[in-house]
Amino acid sequence: MSSTLVLAVVLLMMLASFVVGRQRALATAGGHTRALHSRPPYYGSYVALWAAVPALVLLLLWVVVEPMVVDMVVRNSLPDDVRALPPDKLSLVLTIIDNLVRGRATVGDVPAYAKEAAARQQSLHATASWAMAVLVIGLAAIGFFFGARRIAPTLRARNHVERAATWGLVACSAIAILTTVGIVCSMLFETLHFFSMVPPQDFFFGLVWDPRFSAAGRDGSAGQFGLIPLLWGTVFISLIAMLVAVPIGLLSAIYLSEYAHKTVRAWVKPLLEILAGIPTVVYGFFALSTLGPLFRDIGASVGLDVSATSALTAGVVMGVMIIPFVSSLSDDIINAVPQSLRDGSYALGATQSETIKRVVMPAALPGIVGSVLLAVSRAIGETMIVVMAAGIAAKLTLNPFDSVTTVTVKIVSQLTGDLEFNSPQTLVAFALGLTLFAVTLLLNIYALHIVRKYREQYD
Amino acid sequence: MNTVAIKPVAATAGAASGNHAPKVVSQGVKVFYGEKEALHGVDLDINEREVTALIGPSGCGKSTYLRCLNRMNDVVEGCRVEGSIKIDGDDIYDRRIDVVQLRARVGMVFQKPNPFPKSIYENVAYGPRIHGIAQGKNELDEIVESSLTRAGLWKEVKDRLDKPGTGLSGGQQQRLCIARAIAVSPEVILMDEPCSALDPIATARIEELIDELRENYTIVIVTHSMQQAARVSQRTAFFHLGDLVEYGDTSQIFTNPKEERTQAYITGRFG
Repeated sequence: MSSTLVLAVVLLMMLASFVVGRQRALATAGGHTRALHSRPPYYGSYVALWAAVPALVLLLLWVVVEPMVVDMVVRNSLPDDVRALPPDKLSLVLTIIDNLVRGRATVGDVPAYAKEAAARQQSLHATASWAMAVLVIGLAAIGFFFGARRIAPTLRARNHVERAATWGLVACSAIAILTTVGIVCSMLFETLHFFSMVPPQDFFFGLVWDPRFSAAGRDGSAGQFGLIPLLWGTVFISLIAMLVAVPIGLLSAIYLSEYAHKTVRAWVKPLLEILAGIPTVVYGFFALSTLGPLFRDIGASVGLDVSATSALTAGVVMGVMIIPFVSSLSDDIINAVPQSLRDGSYALGATQSETIKRVVMPAALPGIVGSVLLAVSRAIGETMIVVMAAGIAAKLTLNPFDSVTTVTVKIVSQLTGDLEFNSPQTLVAFALGLTLFAVTLLLNIYALHIVRKYREQYD
Repeated sequence: MNTVAIKPVAATAGAASGNHAPKVVSQGVKVFYGEKEALHGVDLDINEREVTALIGPSGCGKSTYLRCLNRMNDVVEGCRVEGSIKIDGDDIYDRRIDVVQLRARVGMVFQKPNPFPKSIYENVAYGPRIHGIAQGKNELDEIVESSLTRAGLWKEVKDRLDKPGTGLSGGQQQRLCIARAIAVSPEVILMDEPCSALDPIATARIEELIDELRENYTIVIVTHSMQQAARVSQRTAFFHLGDLVEYGDTSQIFTNPKEERTQAYITGRFG
């Protein structure tokens, strides 16, 4: 029996348990709902939970663990001389067996022991499937009878069900957190692996980025993995982006929240937010095909040498992309400044612009700083626009008309390509990723801290 | 300040008390919020250097009337005011009147203390700064000190002028707001239920302060507490459903009201 079928059976049993539990509760109370501690559906859910949860947990564990056990048994039953093969040859044999099991075509002669192993694996798997079906459905039945037997008017079914629901919620949030932890750990191990090949000081303080792809794999071809040019590119482009986004975003937020008529606001705000919904690759396209050549032509007409892919182009387009973040968040924060403060200022004879400059903005400033920091971390993580608009040359330059590149772009280019995974050329991507993660995490923590501090002031 | 003598006290007003001249004269004041008429033509004269209390049940229009006096209703969308309100003979709804200057003459204290999230000093200095009242730092310091002294707050805060105004207690915050209003030396101070968010001790302190301020300022106070109206005011106006029902000396209103509705309200039979 396949696991999908077992799952369907368990779910059907769960449904049936609900109905039975509900009926049974009513029956024990003699049809008087008031005599029950909880309302009848809670008794139904109680039995359904007992029937389904242990069985589903077992099913999940089985699906995860069973292939591993079967694999191990099959591998241990291979002839001794095969098991003594070097790892890469062994993995080839295992692949052949796997292909046989799945019925895929195999290349070349298939040794007898492999056929034997494949047959064993198939039979083991079939047995295990039946065992799983019996065990899981049996457990569901046991759970059902256990739950149903405990039904009595005094049973606090609602409390039990609600506690189970709480645990369900805890499990969901745990999954989100564990995923983050998993991502960090996987990056951390690969990064440590990388640092065993390239000393950390060369990575963090190196001024040259030259991973030497062509020489990868040969001896004495470590290449140079200096983080500084990439980090500078990231900072430089983000800086230009913020120079564009902060003034425009902030001033439009002030217009929207303080001056704009309600109907104007109802139209303009969603329109601005549409900017946030445009895929960044489209922005990159715009930068590549329109803005880059435009800047180059303007530069040429005033005698400046502007490269078609430049930090300026990427920064400006990224700034445009970020405008809605700044304006929308700032608008919310400015709106959160209590009307009573504005009234207080007007009542003293302040004009609207004086009120905005001297009361509203200072009151909203911490929140605005928080929103800008969130926008910065967004800019730092941006990749597509940079690839298309700023190029992939890692240069340490102060010239905004020159092409630069960022950390994220290099992560992509290091990981895509025909390279063996164990080379520093590939592993450096993890070190870059971890660095970027640490930087944006710190920025986000700081931004949230500021925003929270601001909230406490008025609640 | 020279007062312009205008027509005698409004029809519903009782005998004028003492020798105070009217500072604010309003005739046929109607207020509309969109289509809804919130005030149906109010004639009310407010005497100089007296405390005038506006009482009445919620939604009766007393706060609406108060907010007409410094044109705070301008801020409310869809609000329209008819009739005339004259302060010292100047029609404040005249096109030539600048609302900024009007509000410098008519200060306001709100129901909930609303100090700016700035230091105590900056809160008081705010008004003088925007109106350019002080010449130099020393004069500004003097204004801040005298305003805080008159608001009865100086002794409590003189060592922490650079601390945020929002860190004070509710009663202190409200006195800070009064100091802030005084700092631009207004002629009239409007108070919209200034004690409703305060405890009894802070309330008593503010009431004392109102009594002291009467020497220099014309005060109009909206209150829900009839005891407060009786304690602090010289004249009382009773509003009901957008009408000015009765207006006269406080002692007369509370001991010998002429109108049935006033009688019913002050004895607690409705409201």
